[in-house]
Amino acid sequence: MNSLPDLQSRINQMQSSRLDSRRLPTVPALAKILPGGGLQSGGSYAVRNSTTLAMALLAGPSATGAWCSVVGLPEFSVEAAEGFGINLERLILVPDPGAQWLTVTAALVDVVSVVLTRAPVHLAPSDTARLRSRLRQRGTALITLGNWQQCDSTLSIAESAWEGLGAGTGHLQARRMKITATNPAGRLRHTYVGLAELQRGPWQASDDATTLFQPARKSS
Amino acid sequence: MSTGTAASGLPDARTATRTLMLWCPDWPITAAIREHSLDVHAALALVDRGEVFACSPTARQDGVRRGLRLREAQARCSGLTVLAYDPSLDTRSFEPVITAVETLMPGVQVLRPGLCAIQIKGPSRYYGGEENAASILFQTLAAIGLTDVRIGIADGPFAAEQAAKATEALEDPLAEPLCIIPPGGSPWFLSTFPLDVLEQPRLAVLLKRLGVRSLGNFAALSAADVRNRFGVEGALAHRQASGFDYSSVAARTPPPQLDATAHFEPPLVRIDQLAFAFRMTAERFVAGLRQAGLVCTAVKVALHTESGEVSERLWQHPRWFDADDVVDRVRWQLQGSNAADHGLTSGITHVQIVPDLVEDLGDHADGLWGTGPDESIHHGLARVQSMLGHGAVLTAVIAGGRLLADRRVYIPWGESPAAQDKTRPWPGQLPGPVPATVFAAPVPAVVVDLRGNPVGVDPRGLMSAAPAFFGVGRISQRWPVHSWAGPWPINERWWDPRGRMLNRFQLVDTSGSAWLLLLENHEWFSEASYD
Repeated sequence: MNSLPDLQSRINQMQSSRLDSRRLPTVPALAKILPGGGLQSGGSYAVRNSTTLAMALLAGPSATGAWCSVVGLPEFSVEAAEGFGINLERLILVPDPGAQWLTVTAALVDVVSVVLTRAPVHLAPSDTARLRSRLRQRGTALITLGNWQQCDSTLSIAESAWEGLGAGTGHLQARRMKITATNPAGRLRHTYVGLAELQRGPWQASDDATTLFQPARKSS
Repeated sequence: MSTGTAASGLPDARTATRTLMLWCPDWPITAAIREHSLDVHAALALVDRGEVFACSPTARQDGVRRGLRLREAQARCSGLTVLAYDPSLDTRSFEPVITAVETLMPGVQVLRPGLCAIQIKGPSRYYGGEENAASILFQTLAAIGLTDVRIGIADGPFAAEQAAKATEALEDPLAEPLCIIPPGGSPWFLSTFPLDVLEQPRLAVLLKRLGVRSLGNFAALSAADVRNRFGVEGALAHRQASGFDYSSVAARTPPPQLDATAHFEPPLVRIDQLAFAFRMTAERFVAGLRQAGLVCTAVKVALHTESGEVSERLWQHPRWFDADDVVDRVRWQLQGSNAADHGLTSGITHVQIVPDLVEDLGDHADGLWGTGPDESIHHGLARVQSMLGHGAVLTAVIAGGRLLADRRVYIPWGESPAAQDKTRPWPGQLPGPVPATVFAAPVPAVVVDLRGNPVGVDPRGLMSAAPAFFGVGRISQRWPVHSWAGPWPINERWWDPRGRMLNRFQLVDTSGSAWLLLLENHEWFSEASYD
């Protein structure tokens, strides 16, 4: 016999975050394994073990003119971010929010389009629910490094292999990765991509992608 | 009468503006001495682009001249104090002089710092004569500590300036350095001056070749001939030389007072008290700017304490300051990032805010439907800044450097980035993809060979053994090395005792995650991770 909270959480997991969610520009390599065919505004995503994957998710909206924010990640490499096509002029960094993580994240959710953060170890379920409803209301996507309750998808690198490095010779050149995306129902999709594919979005080839995303809709 | 004058275009001597010219000789030197609190008799030279721009009388006695190269000047006068010439200092320090003069008589025209013209007709009637008006000026300026002032009064600014400069030839050292040329006497007074005072070197050379040696000779030529031969500039110089300088004194409008100061009695020691007490001043400051049709995008905040310490800082704003923002800046300046930042030891007696950059309100006005998303971005970020402090909300630019942590430069939101050139070659720069995680401070690591001995690099760059296992951080877990490369030496600032000698390695473990490790003084650190 399941308890009531367990049933509630199962219902929550089955429900999609919202019906009329807009899709944010996403790297094609990741778009095909994400639910709904890309990053959804108002959605929340967890990335298990890789800042690279988080940067690849952030790159799509940022390269098409959205404001992005990185909270609580002092080790976030802006140089690598620029390599992914993230616009540094529209990237807000709050490396050390301290005890005010929730307030700062909520304040940023109000104004930017994508927030990347490392979730605190202990977060009350009520706070998570409030943040989720804030995300849906403002149409902001949340990407967390580490586990996140009730996220739309959890991405992780299952396998990784580097090329170019020998026993004392060469240097790192290329990387092949197997990326898995787990949806809340537990269904798993995977794809094999190279690092260069993650760094190359459609927005570099043509400017059509800019019309997909209108940052002006944020101002209400 | 005035219509007739304007119609003919050639006014007679009676309509020339009676002008008082106030001249402070060597103003750049006086300004520098006052600014840097130097001895009045110090041998001082102001240098602009390697050449002496101005020198004090003591230095002049030793043979220092304007235009001399710095080294030559130092050779002639061994005790010479050398300062860089700062044109803005001249203007800034002349401002109190003008303000003092304007309290006595209106209509002051500043020709350049150290020289200003005043229409003397009104003041001479008010003070009972030109001589009395001048003597009032001398007394007022002596009261603000300015003693070396010369005054000349004549018809028109040109003649008055020459009269002021002629006071140097006065015999009586005790009398006030004042020279008054009676109305209509300017042509006679100017006739003996050399042509150089016109400050038109080409014309002066030409006239000398024609046998014209003085202003009197030049004035004797017919105005029409001079105009035909020398054009408009020549005609103007001819009229100056003839004592018919009709350029009137264009009085300046005193600029509005935009800065604001709040005094606290007794001195305040708590930040929240100060922020509360300062609010009214901040609102007045912003309202004053608004009234002048301006907005302020950079503001200088000076905090003065009871024991005489001053904490001064320039704050910039991505849009423009309103009263809340100004109060925030004062608060942040007091909080600082650490105690050594402001280092104030006693209570705050007064706070001064000076607008550093003002721009026209029209350029910054909001559109009818707001200015789009960037405005809301700014409001949101300002909220976070007021929660966490000014330096907690950052944007980043990429700078040059060998170590990855050096290559990112954080800029607090709202400040403009310093110009950086990252395109220069950096020998020792990392090849290949950039790691996504760069630790703010290097994390201790362990690298051992097959036997469990730590791996080292000798001064010739040879490794003691190939790395076999490594671990990063405090955890004792060791991962086997799948592939590796290095050592890549980085020799940072070898000329500096604080320079560093590092060796860099790339390591990939068997699970396929790659790390960037550093070896310095036989200790291993992890610089970054390709996660």
